[in-house]
Amino acid sequence: MGLFTELKTSISRVTDRLFTDEEPKRIGIYGPPNAGKTTLANRIARDWTGDAIGAESHIPHETRRARRKEDVQIEREGKSVTIDIVDTPGVTTKVDYEEFTDEMEEDDAIRRSREATEGVAEAMHWLREDVDGVIYVLDSAEDPITQVNTMLIGIIESRDLPVLIFANKIDLEDSSVKRIEDAFPQHKTVPLSAKEGENMDEVYEKIAEYFG
Amino acid sequence: MPHATNADDPDTPDGVQIDLISGERMDSLASMEKIRMILDGVHEGNIVILEEGLSPDEESKLIEVTMSEISPDEFNGIEIETYPKSSTRDSSLLGRIMGNNESAAKLTVIGPANQIETLHKDETLISALVSRD
Repeated sequence: MGLFTELKTSISRVTDRLFTDEEPKRIGIYGPPNAGKTTLANRIARDWTGDAIGAESHIPHETRRARRKEDVQIEREGKSVTIDIVDTPGVTTKVDYEEFTDEMEEDDAIRRSREATEGVAEAMHWLREDVDGVIYVLDSAEDPITQVNTMLIGIIESRDLPVLIFANKIDLEDSSVKRIEDAFPQHKTVPLSAKEGENMDEVYEKIAEYFG
Repeated sequence: MPHATNADDPDTPDGVQIDLISGERMDSLASMEKIRMILDGVHEGNIVILEEGLSPDEESKLIEVTMSEISPDEFNGIEIETYPKSSTRDSSLLGRIMGNNESAAKLTVIGPANQIETLHKDETLISALVSRD
């Protein structure tokens, strides 16, 4: 590419941004611990930017600080949206460090629980102040009617935030998407397996539709 | 606020205290005062029952403040169970007991996570096991 062409392309990008683009929407990925939020955030980030967001683990509270991936541009069916993905710690009302002592030393378990509580507090604060939409991730092999899920969906509704419910882990034998649809019939539920990459086309279509 | 119970202290009764807080009392408090009252009770080992529950914003702040107070070996959080909001104004048990027919009927049970275990919950019943430990 010649110097003039490069300069023209560069100026075009800047003017496009100045005159046509809005600020990226901040989309918070919320849900209970171990629902697969970080796996989904990584899948989306890798598919559209080539980079992951954070580490994944079967141990609850692997994500203990909200992590953001900026300027993720998603295009589907002629619709386009640029979002900042905010991967948040799993929301809970209790954290007991002894739950982690089978997996790690006591000092590390205590540190993990302290970081987890700070992360959940931060995520709740952001939900009230700092997100434009929510992707609520549930493990479709688990009962969705829990107090935390009901409370969180109620908080999201009270703020009039657009919300998509993602029924994750459909690759598991006990998965039931209908159980989630029946629990929260007022919201669109999208089935997927973030781990296996199943149904990601519909995931991106709905993200572009709901948050675009 | 009544005394907390302590099985090792002969001056305090052996049992679990249950605070049933009316909607009228909660209405007179600011959001953070409500949260402080709930968490002070739970820290003392009490079960707190709210006649009219909390608003979504207050529930969010309750989780946030609870997280900031969790400490290893001392306090590991709360259990909270709430009936869904009912359109039936006078259907709640507390509403009938207290003669308050204007209740929004969102009865909420909150207790220390290490003492309260929900055994069953549906739209008309919350069944909880409370231990003294």
